Amino acid sequence: MNTPAVATAPAIAGENQRSAFRRWVRALGPYLGLVLVIAVFAIMSGNPARYLSILNVRIVLTQTVIVALGAIGMTIIIISAGIDLSVGSVVALCGVVSAIALRSGWPPVAALVAGVSLGAFVGLVNGLAITRLSVVPFIATLGMLGVARGAAKWVADQQTVNIPPTWLNQLASTFPAHAWMLVAPGVWLTIVLAILAALMLRNTVFGRRVFALGSNEAAARACGIQTNRLKLWIYSLGGLFFGLAGVVQMSRLRQGDPTVAVGVELDVIAAVVIGGGSLNGGEGSILGSMIGALTMAFLRNGCQLMGWPNYIQEIIIGVIIVLAVAADRLRTARQASY
Amino acid sequence: MTLLELSGIKKSFGATHALTGVDLNVRRGEVHALVGENGAGKSTLMNILSGTLSPDAGKMRLLDREYRPAGPQDARRQGIAHIHQELSNCPHLSVAENILMGMEPSHSGWLDWPALNRRALDILRDFHHPAISPERRVADLPIAARQIVEICRALAQNASLILMDEPTSSLQQEDVRRLFACIRKLRDSGIAIIYISHFLEEIREIADSFTVLRDGASVMHGSLQETTDAQIITAMVGRPVETLFPERRPLRTGERVLEVRHLSAPPAVRDASFELYRGEVLGVAGLVGSGRTKMIRSLLGLLPAKTGEIIIGKELLPARAQSSKLKKLMAHGVGYLSEDRKGEGLALGLSVADNATITNLSSCSRWGWLNRRAQAEQTARWIQKLRIKVHSPGSPAAKLSGGNQQKVAIARLLHQGARIVLMDEPTRGVDIGSKAQIYEAIAEMAGAGCSIMIVSSYLPELFGVCDRIAVMVRGILSPARPVGEWTAETVMHTAIGSVASGAAEKEFQP
Repeated sequence: MNTPAVATAPAIAGENQRSAFRRWVRALGPYLGLVLVIAVFAIMSGNPARYLSILNVRIVLTQTVIVALGAIGMTIIIISAGIDLSVGSVVALCGVVSAIALRSGWPPVAALVAGVSLGAFVGLVNGLAITRLSVVPFIATLGMLGVARGAAKWVADQQTVNIPPTWLNQLASTFPAHAWMLVAPGVWLTIVLAILAALMLRNTVFGRRVFALGSNEAAARACGIQTNRLKLWIYSLGGLFFGLAGVVQMSRLRQGDPTVAVGVELDVIAAVVIGGGSLNGGEGSILGSMIGALTMAFLRNGCQLMGWPNYIQEIIIGVIIVLAVAADRLRTARQASY
Repeated sequence: MTLLELSGIKKSFGATHALTGVDLNVRRGEVHALVGENGAGKSTLMNILSGTLSPDAGKMRLLDREYRPAGPQDARRQGIAHIHQELSNCPHLSVAENILMGMEPSHSGWLDWPALNRRALDILRDFHHPAISPERRVADLPIAARQIVEICRALAQNASLILMDEPTSSLQQEDVRRLFACIRKLRDSGIAIIYISHFLEEIREIADSFTVLRDGASVMHGSLQETTDAQIITAMVGRPVETLFPERRPLRTGERVLEVRHLSAPPAVRDASFELYRGEVLGVAGLVGSGRTKMIRSLLGLLPAKTGEIIIGKELLPARAQSSKLKKLMAHGVGYLSEDRKGEGLALGLSVADNATITNLSSCSRWGWLNRRAQAEQTARWIQKLRIKVHSPGSPAAKLSGGNQQKVAIARLLHQGARIVLMDEPTRGVDIGSKAQIYEAIAEMAGAGCSIMIVSSYLPELFGVCDRIAVMVRGILSPARPVGEWTAETVMHTAIGSVASGAAEKEFQP
């Protein structure tokens, strides 16, 4: 609406300094948040050396893995202007299923594949509900939140599933079996997958179409992009990461527990939003989301170090989520007025 | 040479016959205007051509071959591009990605960025807009450049026919001229354009031939040079239209009902003062973005105002007082018609009756309980009075055409009993038949002693219905002068203000 009265050629061609600056601020925002959280807790704890010790950083990184893996999948979904609320239940379901597979004597690789592909399948079902039944993603995945949790309890017979020791248990151990790895294999796995996902979003036709879908679905459809099929791929891919997070969860607990990971979706969504993802779609980055996940993990860890009770953590994280989304709203509002 | 030939195209949606028999012939390298009232079937026809819908009956031939697109992508492949009324870019993506969307150069799934940018630049260069960098984010471009990006998208697919659905509705004057330069360039290179617009002046300027749609059928076609506006309008509305604007005798009461002194809401509104008299229609002209809309909104308190005072009735309100101002103004009988009909003019999901009565529900409720029947009866009276085309008062507002929606919004002002009405672009996106009825309603309201302020970009309308006109120039409102003292030229001259118009002129010819 508020366009300048007289548009001149330089206005069309020239760099818009202000918006370039704004993008810089936005790109830096997540890092500043992370530095702020670390600094605040380092000072408040009165013992920065302990908070930032190699041991503690190692613990934080290991704790980050599940949220970070979920955040990779969620970033793709949120960029496409979607949402998935079923993450926590899918993590539990896939963890339980791969635990059952291990207990039944499947080789670890097969159990891993089973958990991951079940996650992708659940994502596909979400995608089908969204595209075929025209249910908005919020509702479709809210339904799946219940369905997957129930299914997890059902297949586990409402009990935890104990697993034999295999290399799969090493995935998220704070001290890796081989000292040269420095951090848990799950951390390395997450880093590699994050890089691959970032490259995919940046440099593949699929990735760019995810952005197009989130930026303007009608335009994408008008350009002959099969948006429904694209959504199936997006939710399946997201589910794949949630399934992997489930296997890591099982590995950490050394058992399949159908009641774990309640509310993990909120941490995952918060990580993406803190990292610059917009719930209106079209914006978000894997790197940002990883920073967001780290911020959440340092926050939780800091609260624990301070000896604050669990409920204080919950309150703080709840406030952070709202503030991050408020910042997101402010950004988009400013963009709309431009 | 005939490029596109349609005969006997029919399309029904359930019981609604959207198209009942359309014949259309478009030659290569011509701009063919498609005119008709809202609801005449233009959009349905465009959707059929662009492959979104398939016709129930009729023949379509493109370049002497049968044309039966399987979907939008197939239509694109066969050389038909559709540029929508609302810009349909992906603002987060780059110019190059937008231009080549759906046909990105790639190697086994990996995007070839250099090739993408190179090809986009080639197209921009061919179209003489090399100044737009292919790597820029579309969100950072001004509206006019975004439209160029969309046209380039059509060019990228080697379109032989481009459908443009009211492409100027979101553009300002100079951008319209840019667009027309682009269209002429396309035409000269042999591309045909089907051009939809409500503005006959625009069509005269850009189109070569035309087809009129009425009630889903093509009722007239020919060359624009051999046809008068009156003939076209008669064909569009199905009855002769003597005058678009009603005869009205200004009341000239001299009774001041509203005075605004030195209102400012920087940066958009710098200084606006005006007086409004009982029974008067005051027009506000100006370029899009000159601050007209923001003046009204800051006056009402929908935007923060910085300085100024408002005298209404015997009360003096400082313009800064924000929260309570709108309520007080409404108590004094102020009504507002927003330019954004879909966004804030109407609650589209609600019924016509809910929309028409929402500002004065006490007229049909008791002890807080709504009397649905009274509400429907009162609405039915407005429907009849304003000749709103609607099935029943209970129909959702979203189902109505733009013109009829606008009439519902006006019915709401009437139902509210507004004595001072501020209208922002009251006939934007409205067909000619509805326009005439809206002008009639405005004249009647003024005749009954209402005071009306109209902000409009459509000059003939300001000249047709207003008593006085003021012009907004970059946030400053000129003194209002009687309409007889203005001409279209002097209004435009004032609106452009002291801008070096010579330099601006050069811009129009890229």
